[in-house]
Amino acid sequence: MAKVKSLADLKKLKENLQSKVDIREKGEGVEGAIYVKIAMATCGIASGAKETMNVFIEESKKAGLNNLVITQTGCMGACHSEPTVEVTLPGKEPLIFGDVHKERVIEIIEKYIKNGELIEGIIPINYKTV
Amino acid sequence: MADYKMHVLVCGGTGCLSSGSGELAENIIKGLKENGMEEEVQVLKTGCFGFCEKGPIVKILPDNTFYVQVKPEDAKELVAEHLIKGRKVERLLYQDPTTKKTITDSKHMDFYKTQVRIALRNCGFVDPEKIEEYIARDGYQALGTCLSELSQDEVIKIIKDSGLRGRGGGGFPTGLKWQFAKANEADQKYVVCNADEGDPGAFMDRSILEGDPNSIIEAMAICGYAIGATKGLVYIRAEYPLAISRLRTAMGQAKEFGLLGTDILGTGFDFDIEIKYGAGAFVCGEETALIRSMEGERGEPTTKPPFPAESGYWNKPTNVNNVETFANIPVIINKGSEWFRSIGTEKSPGTKVFALAGAINNVGLIEVPMGTTLREVIYDIGGGIRNGKKFKAVQTGGPSGGCLTEAHLDTKIDFDNLIAAGSMMGSGGMIVMDEDNCMVAVSKFYLEFTVEESCGKCTPCRIGTKRLYEILDKITKGKGTMEDLDKLRSLGDVIKDTALCGLGQTAPNPILSTLNNFYDEYLAHVVDKRCPAGECEDLIKYEINDNCIGCTACARVCPVAAITGTVKKQHVIDQDACIKCGACYDVCKFKAIDKK
Repeated sequence: MAKVKSLADLKKLKENLQSKVDIREKGEGVEGAIYVKIAMATCGIASGAKETMNVFIEESKKAGLNNLVITQTGCMGACHSEPTVEVTLPGKEPLIFGDVHKERVIEIIEKYIKNGELIEGIIPINYKTV
Repeated sequence: MADYKMHVLVCGGTGCLSSGSGELAENIIKGLKENGMEEEVQVLKTGCFGFCEKGPIVKILPDNTFYVQVKPEDAKELVAEHLIKGRKVERLLYQDPTTKKTITDSKHMDFYKTQVRIALRNCGFVDPEKIEEYIARDGYQALGTCLSELSQDEVIKIIKDSGLRGRGGGGFPTGLKWQFAKANEADQKYVVCNADEGDPGAFMDRSILEGDPNSIIEAMAICGYAIGATKGLVYIRAEYPLAISRLRTAMGQAKEFGLLGTDILGTGFDFDIEIKYGAGAFVCGEETALIRSMEGERGEPTTKPPFPAESGYWNKPTNVNNVETFANIPVIINKGSEWFRSIGTEKSPGTKVFALAGAINNVGLIEVPMGTTLREVIYDIGGGIRNGKKFKAVQTGGPSGGCLTEAHLDTKIDFDNLIAAGSMMGSGGMIVMDEDNCMVAVSKFYLEFTVEESCGKCTPCRIGTKRLYEILDKITKGKGTMEDLDKLRSLGDVIKDTALCGLGQTAPNPILSTLNNFYDEYLAHVVDKRCPAGECEDLIKYEINDNCIGCTACARVCPVAAITGTVKKQHVIDQDACIKCGACYDVCKFKAIDKK
C-alpha cells in the first residue's frame, strides 16, 4: 500500500472504499431507502433469480441510485411468475413484479423506481402480512 | 467480480469468542464455499455488539437480521436457509423477554432503540482488523482536518467547546487538560491512553479497543498534534490479549497507510505509539501511578500537584486520557462541538457507555445520551430485573461509587447528578441488585477489593480500608454492635479526607452510601442478628415447620447429618451442627423448611 500523502488523497481513498461498507450502512437504514426484495426460493433460483439480483445491483449502480437496499427473501407464493421482485418506495405500499429478467429490471428501475410510473406485470397482493 | 450481496457480521468480541463465535464464523465460510457462494456473501468478524447476554451474535445485512446465541453447528442451517434461500431461521431470532414476540431486526429491539452510539459507533459494524473499513467510515478524516486545516489552538478550542469530560470517571474537562499540556513547554511531551480498565464489571475500554482500535490511534495522534507531542503510549493490562493484538494490527496498518509514524499525511507531523503492559493493579488506573508503572517503578501514586500536564512521564508534560474519551474525539472534530453539545445534558454533553451487569435481563454494553434516567437504562434497555424479582439497588462507579435505591431511579445520569445522589459515574460499570442481594455483603465485596488493590503507600488507605473491611465482616457474622456502625461512618469520613489518591479517597463510598440508603439493613444485622436478604450465611437459620410430613428427603440430603426424625413425623434441625448449606431447603417439596 502506497502511503496516503494528503487529506485530499485520504478523501479519495474513502470514496473508493465506501463500497466496502455501503451495503451495511444501507441495511442500518438510510434516508429515502428503496427496498428491493428478490424471491429466492427454489422456484425463484431455478427461474434465474440470482441473475436478476446481479442485474439489479449492476443496473442500479449504473443508474447512480445509491439508496437501493437489495435483499433476498423466501418464496412469495407467486411461483407462476418467477423470478418475482418486491419493490417498496418510501412511504408507499410494496409492489410485486413478476417475470423479472434483465430487460424488466431496467424497465422497473427506469420507470417505477425513478419516476413512480406503473408498468405491466404487477402481481396484485391479495394477502396482508401480520 | 460482482460486489458482495450480503454481509454476515459475526461478533468477534472476547465474550462471543469464548462462546464459540470463532468456530461459527469459520463454519459459515466453509458452508458458503461448499455452495460456491464465497464471492457473494462476505463474512466479517466485528467488535462487540454489546448484547453479550445472548452471544454469540450474528447480524446479516442489508436485511438487518439479528440472530442470538448462534452455535457453531447452526452455521449449516444459516447458510442453507437464510443465505441461499432468503428465509430467516426463526429459532435463532431474538425473543422479547416480556412480550415473547420474535424480533427480527435490531432496530426494533428495546435494547438498541434508545441507544446513541458515538464511542461505540464502529463496534459491531466494521472489521477491526481492516483499516480500509475504518477509512470508509470517515476514519482518519478528523486527523487529516486537524493537521492540514486547523491550528493547535483551534483543535483544543473545539474540544473545549464540545464540553467533553473524562470518561474514565473523574469527569475532568478534556479540552482543559489538553490546554494545560500544551501550555507547558518541553523538548518532549507525551500522550497516554489509559486502558487500565479495572472496575469489576466494566469492559467498555476493552470492547472499544477490540472493536475499533483505529479510533484510538487517530484520537491519540490528534491529541499529540494539539499539545505538541510526538510520542504516544497505550497503557493496557496484559490480560486483554485480544485488544492488544487488534491494536497492534491497527498500528501496523496505519503505518503502512502513512497515518501513523513519520510525516503523517504528508504534513510533516510525526507521531508514534508504543504499547506498555500493566499487570492489572487497580491503582495503576490512577494517572500518576500509571505513569510510575510505565517508568518501571512500583505502581504507586504521587501527590498532585505537580499534575502530569506539567511533569508526567519521565518528568515531561504528559496528557492522560481514557479510551472512551479518546473514542469521542474524531467524531467531535468531524461533526463539530455544537453537534456534540446537542446530545446529553448541559454540563455533561455527549453519551456514556455503561456495562450492565447483575440481576438484569439484558446484560451487556450500552451507550446512551447523558441525561437518560436510571429507570430507562434498567427497565427499557436492560429489560428489567431477572426472574421477575424486585429491584433493590443499582451500584454505579465500581469500588469508588455507591448504591442507589428505587428513590433514585428517575435521576438523570450525568457526572454531577450521580455525585449529588451519593454515588459517581466511574468508568461506567452498572451492577443491578435485586431483593436477594444483601447490601452489607455488597459493601464487604467492594471493600475486599479495595483492601486487595490498595498499593499500601499511604496509611489511611492501607490500614483504614482493612479496618473497615474487618468491621463489615464482623457485622455479616452477626457480631456487630451499634458502635461499629458509628465507627464505619467516622472512619470512612477520615479516609475520604486523608488518603493520597482517588483509590483511597473513594474507597469508603460503597459503605457510606449503603449506610445512608439501607441503614435498616445494617440495623437488622446488628440488632436482630438477621440478614433480610438471606445472603449472610452466618445469620441464616433453617427451621422445619408444621408442613413437614416426614418424607425424610431433607435428612437424607443433609451432608452433616444435622436433621433427625422418624418417618412420617416432623423432623428437627440441630442448629449447632447445621452448616447452612441450604440443601434441605432446596430438596423439600412441601415448603416445610423456613429460611430466616
